[in-house]
Amino acid sequence: MTAPVLADALGPRARRRVRVASIAAGLLVLACLAVAVRRLSDRGQLESDKWRPLTEWPVLKFYLGGLVNTLKAAAVAMVIAMAVGGVMALARLARNAPQRWLATLYVEFFRGLPLYLLIIFCWLGLPQLGARLETFWYLVIALSVYNSSILAEIFRAGILSLDRGQSEAAYSVGLGYWQAMGLVVIPQAVRRMVPAIVSQLVTLLKDTSLGVVIFYEELLRRARITGEFFHNPVHAVAMAALFYIAVNSVLSAVARRLEARQRQRYGAGRIDVAGAEDVALTQAEATAKV
Amino acid sequence: MNVVFDNLDVFVAGMRTTVSLTLVSFAAAFVIGVVVAAFRVSPVPPLRAVGAFYVGTVRNTPLALLMVLFFFGFPDVGIQFDSFWVSAVIVLSAYTGAFVGETVRAGINAVSRGQGEAARALGLTFPQTLRVVVLPQALRTVAAPLGSIFIALIKNSALAALISVHELVGNTEDLITDFAQPIPIFLGAAVGYLILTLPSGLMVNVIERRVAIKR
Amino acid sequence: MMRRRRWMIFSVLLLAVSLVAAGCGDDDEEATDTTEPAPTQPSFEAGTTMAAIQSKGKLVVGTKFNQLGSGLKNPTTGELEGFDIEIAKLMAVGIFGGTVDDVESKIEFKEAVTAVREAVIQSGEVDMVVATYTINDRRKQQVDFAGPYLIDGQDVMVKSDNNAIRTLTDLNGKKVCTGRGSTTPANLEAKNITADLTLFETYPECATALRQDRVEAVVTDRGILLGLVDQSDRQFKLANINVSEEPLGIGLKKGDDAFREFLNDRLEAIFASGQWAAAYERTLGRLGLPTPEPPQVDRYASTGTETTLAATTTTAAAGGTTTTAAGGTTTTVAGATATTVAAGRGGGADHSGH
Repeated sequence: MTAPVLADALGPRARRRVRVASIAAGLLVLACLAVAVRRLSDRGQLESDKWRPLTEWPVLKFYLGGLVNTLKAAAVAMVIAMAVGGVMALARLARNAPQRWLATLYVEFFRGLPLYLLIIFCWLGLPQLGARLETFWYLVIALSVYNSSILAEIFRAGILSLDRGQSEAAYSVGLGYWQAMGLVVIPQAVRRMVPAIVSQLVTLLKDTSLGVVIFYEELLRRARITGEFFHNPVHAVAMAALFYIAVNSVLSAVARRLEARQRQRYGAGRIDVAGAEDVALTQAEATAKV
Repeated sequence: MNVVFDNLDVFVAGMRTTVSLTLVSFAAAFVIGVVVAAFRVSPVPPLRAVGAFYVGTVRNTPLALLMVLFFFGFPDVGIQFDSFWVSAVIVLSAYTGAFVGETVRAGINAVSRGQGEAARALGLTFPQTLRVVVLPQALRTVAAPLGSIFIALIKNSALAALISVHELVGNTEDLITDFAQPIPIFLGAAVGYLILTLPSGLMVNVIERRVAIKR
Repeated sequence: MMRRRRWMIFSVLLLAVSLVAAGCGDDDEEATDTTEPAPTQPSFEAGTTMAAIQSKGKLVVGTKFNQLGSGLKNPTTGELEGFDIEIAKLMAVGIFGGTVDDVESKIEFKEAVTAVREAVIQSGEVDMVVATYTINDRRKQQVDFAGPYLIDGQDVMVKSDNNAIRTLTDLNGKKVCTGRGSTTPANLEAKNITADLTLFETYPECATALRQDRVEAVVTDRGILLGLVDQSDRQFKLANINVSEEPLGIGLKKGDDAFREFLNDRLEAIFASGQWAAAYERTLGRLGLPTPEPPQVDRYASTGTETTLAATTTTAAAGGTTTTAAGGTTTTVAGATATTVAAGRGGGADHSGH
């Protein structure tokens, strides 16, 4: 697969050059790897007793429990965030001005803050306001609030991306505002939004690791406990990274496929939202495939 | 609210660190991103593989994990920076670089085929084509997504608090535990962040309108 | 083609739903844990915290998960080990009766690090906190304390080859690591030490930073530091500097005087029965600390319900050591007679667990 923009099919000379460059680059990569391995073994980081505890079933179970906690928080937060985000998106498109302003305020306020700040606030602040909850819920509330503001933008962009003619046609056959939304606009918009939503789910899943600062026992927290116990922080945390990469790669692949399909079917553009950095990126893969 | 005004210096010091982290990391991430993008579109397979591996790994790993791994783990393999700030910048730019790389690559792919063909017809070499014809156009199309990445970076820089860099969130947490008045202190910090993120958002819009190529 | 797309959207939804379902499913396990009450259960007046804990069949304790000697979670067994854990179990015996082994299933430990101990007590997330928790006036504004159950002192941990830090004033201008929200910054400030403070969430992180020469000293309770020294393979040592005395107490909700009375009585009972000393020997004693005399419980007058800290923060800054309980003297006898009742009700047979 060569890049579409930059090169025609290569001629014999260029092919030769690429072959030389490939060998050179390949050797360079191998050399880097060798240096890295050497370095690891010099410092005793490749010794099996650093890895062995991590492959024992009780420790793996400890990690898997952490992964379950991570998925649990991410799933609950995603559901709440979608619901709140949907309401906010509709409110921002509403004809009633105060509704619009309130929703805009909500979205712009929470979208502009780091999730970390929201988590700290929920954890240290909500108890003082009388909300006495489990750590899990402080994390879920912060995740939901933050992601609902981003999903609201995705939803709004999705709805706005539809041709005006769709809603005009709906009105002209006698549908009211909500009927037009519910029967014509939203069903079409949702299709366009699905890849963006899945991408946001990946981001949310990664963000769940911020539960580490409030000692919610998710994957990263458990990796740190393990690393402190066996004195192998590099290995323990790298192990957690493998879990994250496995789960996220699957979700990312789903997002890419959905987007590529949608692009093929409808020729529809992606939903591009500032603040949702992952969303902007899936375009690359899609373009490459189409 | 007094607690906010009494500690205004703490907030301002935090904001200053947040800004320095963001600006330096973004500059570094941009360089990393362009290199990664060049790798990923290059005709040389090993370079493409390296680029893909880097992006796939970094994008699917939480920033908090990378921060902890680099700061507490990497010294055991001999990679250590004594300044906490520098450590944070390295992690933030490595992480953000993967996103910049993907965005720039998308921009390159969005440049129409004819541009590259025309450049080659004029006899430009591959690096020349990339540098003179394709990248300038690509960077203009990606101005808006890069703006989003910049804003995300302002927010992500908060994770430097995990490694005791005294930026805005870290200082806020310390103030809350010291004064036990979470609400005013939270609002103070929120204003601090909005002062940084909202104007950045507006600026991104302006730049987008200025440089966007209408097709 | 159409069908395949549908299937794909459907499977994504299914995934989401099953994740949620998995999430909800887990909660049921905890709910079904209410086992039959043990026959020897002591009785409490209705409406007291003890009665409430007894009837829900679970004592929820906030503690630290990463402090060797005090409270450490072993990932291979999932069990917690340490002096704080032993104290919590002995308190649970006073509520549920039976032996330490009997109550093990009735205690739920939650991680409560330095900065959050007040918050988890106030929120009711835990019934009490046993987490190397220094009693001081500032914290008494937000929570109440039973005990002290141990007089710990703060010390300075340095690398074994570091001879530059011998006295407290040597810390001036040095990079010093401690926990977020701990008493250490106030303690140093009270002694006019201006160090360059590095704040991490947990003490093992400080130890890692010390090993990597990113900080020059770690300051916190001696018991915590000894645990870290023990784990360090002789890389670290204590500088034997007396930074402050730290009376460690059991944190509980502000104003719950009946519960505080009960815990104090129970503490005096285990002091007198020797269970306290046995617990110490099994945990902190293993790190090379000689078993001290039990401290004298401080039954201070309650200051009413919880107040915010707003007005008092500046004055409380130096509050690290205000409760100078007559640490270490053998004055526990006075309270012991009064508390034999509690011990008797506890079954008296609660021999040491493991």
